[in-house]
Amino acid sequence: MLLNQYLLLAAALFCIGVYGVLTRKNGVMVLMSIELILNAVNINMVAFGVHNAEAGAASVGGAVFALFIIAVAAAEVGVGLAIVLLIYRNRRSINVADASLMKG
Amino acid sequence: MSLMSTPLFAAAAAETFQPASWLFDNVWIVPALPALSFALILLFGKNFAKHVHILGIAAVATGLLFSTVTAFAWITQYEDEQSHHGPAEEDHSEEEGAGGFVTIANADEEGDGHAEEESDGHDDSGGEIAARGCNVEENNHGRFGPEAASQFIGEDEYALTDASEIAATAEEGEEGGGGEHIKPAAVVNCLDWFETGSFGSDIGASGDEAAQGGRTLKFSIGTIADGQSIMMLFVVTFISLLVHVFSTEYVKGDRRYVHYYAFLSLFTASMLFMVLSATTLQLIVGWELVGVCSFALIGHWWEDQDNSNAALKAFLTNRVGDIGLLIGMIVLFFGAGQTFDIMTINHAAVTGGLSQTTMTVASLCLLTAVMSKSGQFILHTWLPDAMAGPTPVSALIHAATMVVAGIYMVGRLYPVFWNGLMIPGSSFNILAFVGALTVVGGGALAFVQRDIKKVLAYSTVSQLGYMVLALGVGAWTAAMFHLFTHAFFKACLFLGAGALSHACHHSFDMKDEMGGLRKKMPITYATFLIGTFALAGLFPFAGFWSKDEILVGTGGFPGTDANGTYTLLLIMGLIGAAMTAGYMTRAIWLIFFGEYRGHDHPHDPPRAMSWSLIILAVFATFAGFLNIPADWFGPIGERYGLKFEQWFEPGGGDVFPVISHGDSNLLLAILATLAAVGSAYVVWTYYQRLYAKNPAATEYSDGIRTKNSFASAGYTLLENKYYLDHLYTGIITGFTKGPLARAAYWVNQNVIDEVIDTAGRTATSAGRFVYKFIDQGTIDGAVNLSGNSSSDAGQVLRRLQSGSIRQYASLMFGAATVLAAVFIVAV
Amino acid sequence: MANLLLLGQQTGNSWDLPANIAFYVIAVIAIGSALRMVTTNNVVHSALYLLLVLSSVAAVYILLGAEFVAATQVLVYIGAILVLLIFGVMLTRARIGIDDDLNYEQRWIGLGVSSLLFVVIAYSLWDFYGSDTRLVGYEPQRTREVADSIFSTYIVPFEAISVLLLAALIGAVVVARRD
Repeated sequence: MLLNQYLLLAAALFCIGVYGVLTRKNGVMVLMSIELILNAVNINMVAFGVHNAEAGAASVGGAVFALFIIAVAAAEVGVGLAIVLLIYRNRRSINVADASLMKG
Repeated sequence: MSLMSTPLFAAAAAETFQPASWLFDNVWIVPALPALSFALILLFGKNFAKHVHILGIAAVATGLLFSTVTAFAWITQYEDEQSHHGPAEEDHSEEEGAGGFVTIANADEEGDGHAEEESDGHDDSGGEIAARGCNVEENNHGRFGPEAASQFIGEDEYALTDASEIAATAEEGEEGGGGEHIKPAAVVNCLDWFETGSFGSDIGASGDEAAQGGRTLKFSIGTIADGQSIMMLFVVTFISLLVHVFSTEYVKGDRRYVHYYAFLSLFTASMLFMVLSATTLQLIVGWELVGVCSFALIGHWWEDQDNSNAALKAFLTNRVGDIGLLIGMIVLFFGAGQTFDIMTINHAAVTGGLSQTTMTVASLCLLTAVMSKSGQFILHTWLPDAMAGPTPVSALIHAATMVVAGIYMVGRLYPVFWNGLMIPGSSFNILAFVGALTVVGGGALAFVQRDIKKVLAYSTVSQLGYMVLALGVGAWTAAMFHLFTHAFFKACLFLGAGALSHACHHSFDMKDEMGGLRKKMPITYATFLIGTFALAGLFPFAGFWSKDEILVGTGGFPGTDANGTYTLLLIMGLIGAAMTAGYMTRAIWLIFFGEYRGHDHPHDPPRAMSWSLIILAVFATFAGFLNIPADWFGPIGERYGLKFEQWFEPGGGDVFPVISHGDSNLLLAILATLAAVGSAYVVWTYYQRLYAKNPAATEYSDGIRTKNSFASAGYTLLENKYYLDHLYTGIITGFTKGPLARAAYWVNQNVIDEVIDTAGRTATSAGRFVYKFIDQGTIDGAVNLSGNSSSDAGQVLRRLQSGSIRQYASLMFGAATVLAAVFIVAV
Repeated sequence: MANLLLLGQQTGNSWDLPANIAFYVIAVIAIGSALRMVTTNNVVHSALYLLLVLSSVAAVYILLGAEFVAATQVLVYIGAILVLLIFGVMLTRARIGIDDDLNYEQRWIGLGVSSLLFVVIAYSLWDFYGSDTRLVGYEPQRTREVADSIFSTYIVPFEAISVLLLAALIGAVVVARRD
């Protein structure tokens, strides 16, 4: 098994996630794509953790940080959905393109 | 050996003993009680809204009981120790002194054996007890080692010589006081909150990381029980209790009664928390909590725009200083070897573990915090506006909690200021100068106020200036003593003002609503008068003793051997004393004499209020006797003099600088009293003459102001508060809001947009140009293409500012990718 | 490149070959369903494809020996987050079924950016780790070790995360509350 197998899989998932974030209009689907990105990062974490463990240091650090990221992702989805619901309530639409208040 | 060194080392390594009591280990209970009451009021207050004050009063009263008992235990242990060691003590110290450099060797030993000495916690053996902080062992391993000690001796020669002089004078000064005293060491109790792993060194190393100096960072919380904090515990709980009681009548029926009492409790709790803090982190937390509570209470009646503006002003002005506080604390954290522990920082400051530059920078940053919190000149402007809050809150803010936080902080980290600003032996330092400027500036402003609370507010500013002045010239005890006495008489005056407004239509206007009240409100009159006497520093009221001590502490008067000779500051202090008496006489006359100018039937306040006033008046009268000079009143002075200094001044040579105490001087006291009485007399005759002319008038229609343009200009300057508010809101904020914001907007509109628009326009016109002129020529397919594509480019560039999140995200990701690619290719 | 494709040729490790086969099966499922997830025109299908991706990522964790992470992935992601997302779809009354208005018109921007990103990442990974950095002979991580290190070495981030979760909880309530 090569380390690169995992890293490349993670890279592919990450880029697909980025594609989703950039092309989807629906707020919930943007959130789903972000989950994809976070998962890709998690694969990296665990793979590097295993890679480091081989070097002799007793380390489950990668796995622990993957767990932390899962927790952060849960928090992120909670807040993100709250924001999406708020936008929906105010504008009857969750089209991200409509939320263009940042226009100068 | 030499004559000089004998007193030096005897004094430098002052004898300490370790007080021990269950009370000192559990002082955390005092802030915990009001905090508990806050939580209970917040959770259940609505169920018994009318009686919510019972909870607050009970909590604070228990706290007061606890702190009184603690103070007595502290005093008793001190006195016991003196009577045990008293006579033998002097021989002992001289023997040691004869050894000459014994103490230096001692210092070395202390450095080496630091870890052992610290780690065993309660070391009750008499003799020398080193600083015991929260996290001494690991962090400072080797820091106070032999190198540090020898460096201290080698490089900082001035410190040595100065210290010897000071010690000599100290010795001289205390001869009258009955010889050397054994100082109580602080009782520090810490709890490790958490500790970071020893980062950096854990790979490979297994067992002996600590020995290799693997750094661990401990976050501790704890309490310091020493003279300073125990004194403050008493003052805060005492004033707070009376304010609680007073408020039961004053804010009766208020629509946010529950809210009021909840925040009163939290205010008390956070001040107590700050007072007891053993680490700088806790200090910052307490400091900010106090700020938040004062914000909430000043804006208690926020429906009125002015009140909420005043609250905001207080909060924002304090933010300015808080930045200084943060920076100062960070500097100290790194300077003292990555520790938040106050005792360790103090120890490092005294023994030379902190460099001179570090201490100077830190103390200047902290000075900003003091200036904002304790209302020192140029950042004092929030304090008079803070009068928008309910009057009992003003009393609490001005007497015991908010504004003395800055004074307390300087006192707590005194070695840093002492060495950082080079208080010993310099003839100018910025701390004392800021204080003196505040004394005079604040006092002058008090003359032109109509609002009685504003008079008192400026008087607080000026009195705080005295405290800072005293700290600046090295008179630590005088500053703390003035804090102590000031708490009583200022609370008395503020609550008196509350009683007055309670009687007069809830107005504070001295000129329109008051006058001639001395017959109508006799209790208020008597207590207010006593408070005024104390504030003006008349014998034998409390303010006399503390103010006298500050004036002595400047060392400007011949014959008072203090830490320096600050003649200018002495003069400013005297002017301040005269001003205090002057504006207070003016206030007294306008309120209590002349004709009644309001239209109501004023009467003395209800019982809860008048008893609070009477108790405070009693304290304002007698609190000063705690620290009468030792050479006055013959044997009484010798036996009972300077008790405050002996009980509450920190000892233990290595966490507190060796400061000398000035000799009290009868002539100076008479001079100060004369200044006060003289100025009061001038003001008094001014108003008496006015009264003779026209009983209803409050000022001359053809006074000096109308005749003399210089006086008139001065009056306008004062009336506009030195234009400081204009400076802040008009010029600084205005500049940021106006020209600066406009400039930014202009840049945005004209430069950035223009670049994009021009790019677009140029591209379009280039396309048109090309189309127009070359199209007529020959084959124009390629030309058309280039024209159109550059036109498209212009359109795309224009759309950079679309506001679409997606587009921004694409740009961000794209740019990050390009950057990453550049890195990969380049590296 | 050859090493990457010829499964476990030089390692001599007996379970390397099956592991490789499993990996590629999982990888194909993961990438395929991820692609479908971002391209499908049906919101509910998209969520279901996300389910597939998350499950295959959990399988990848098991391949890597991180069993506890895999379990957490299933519990938290599939059990909670996905359900939450589907609730989000329902609450915002998205159209169930084909919806043609889910994507921006100019997909090429996203396509360009993400493929550029992939090229850059893949190039740098290949450049740095190549085909000679192997994961050999690793043991499955015991849950006990994970727990030990969370509560000793990583206690500070753990506390920080718990505070963060609390803040997110309060934030979500505040944001979504109807006033």
